[in-house]
Amino acid sequence: MDFNNKKILPLFEINGQTVWMTQSILGTWIIMAALILFTVFVNIYMRVKKFEDVPKPRSLQNVLEVAVDSMHNLVRDNAGNDLGWLGGYFFGVFVYIVCCNYAPLLKLRPPTADIATTLPLALNTFLLIHVLGLVKRKGEYLKDYVKPMFLFLPIHLIGELARPISLALRLFGNLLGGMIMIDLLYHALPLYFRIALPVPLHIYFDIFIGALQAFIFTFLSITFISEHASVEGE
Amino acid sequence: MEFAYAMSALAAGISVISSGIVGLGQGIATGKAAEAIARQPEAKGSIMSTLVIGIAVAETTAIYGFVIGILLLFANPLLK
Repeated sequence: MDFNNKKILPLFEINGQTVWMTQSILGTWIIMAALILFTVFVNIYMRVKKFEDVPKPRSLQNVLEVAVDSMHNLVRDNAGNDLGWLGGYFFGVFVYIVCCNYAPLLKLRPPTADIATTLPLALNTFLLIHVLGLVKRKGEYLKDYVKPMFLFLPIHLIGELARPISLALRLFGNLLGGMIMIDLLYHALPLYFRIALPVPLHIYFDIFIGALQAFIFTFLSITFISEHASVEGE
Repeated sequence: MEFAYAMSALAAGISVISSGIVGLGQGIATGKAAEAIARQPEAKGSIMSTLVIGIAVAETTAIYGFVIGILLLFANPLLK
């Protein structure tokens, strides 16, 4: 049995090394196209239907407002009002990860079951933590590393470096584990049993774990950022 | 070479022991959360969200073991 990321098409060459279009790149492109189309559709719909600032919005406007508002509130509650603008970024990350985790429902390989998708997302968080920390708190941020005394500097450094790795591996491992379990079940069952029996596994591993891990990724990112970048005494 | 294959399969099995220990920890955490909800039923929402986040963080350790097991079985760097 082979759980590797299968190569589909050679794309281009760098220094004699072929760069392949793998299953996860195909999935990423499909999800990106779907999300971009949805955004364009919402943008046009918003202009045509004239979304208004009313107390009880209806239909699509209601759903979108609830989604966007809840993510912004999560960021404001955990990271403070001056970092509220991060809500847009984290909403994008959350929606992207949820779509990636739900890809197996359409028989695609989930792009998040590939370390090349999760590590860049975690490195984005890593950059946000330290750049925002330096910009917002300057000297105070550097003092965090020598608390409570200078000897703790290496421990703090290792802790900071472990954060993106643990964020990336958590998402990657959960999704890969779920994918392997479902694949094993599909291989074990005879053809005519594959219709109904895997449904509970899909519900648990894809729908429940997928949404939970996406939420945990965004929530932990917000918490880490607020730990370093929130100005105290707010 | 067969010996190396056998040993890497054994090591993959041993690396999954971490998930057993994590299961123990998650059981303790869930038990404490159940106690907390029994004592203060009105705080159920925040207890549940803290529990879910804490369990997910604790699970990372099991995931490390799982990733090492997968590496040993499917992408073993020692056998190349």
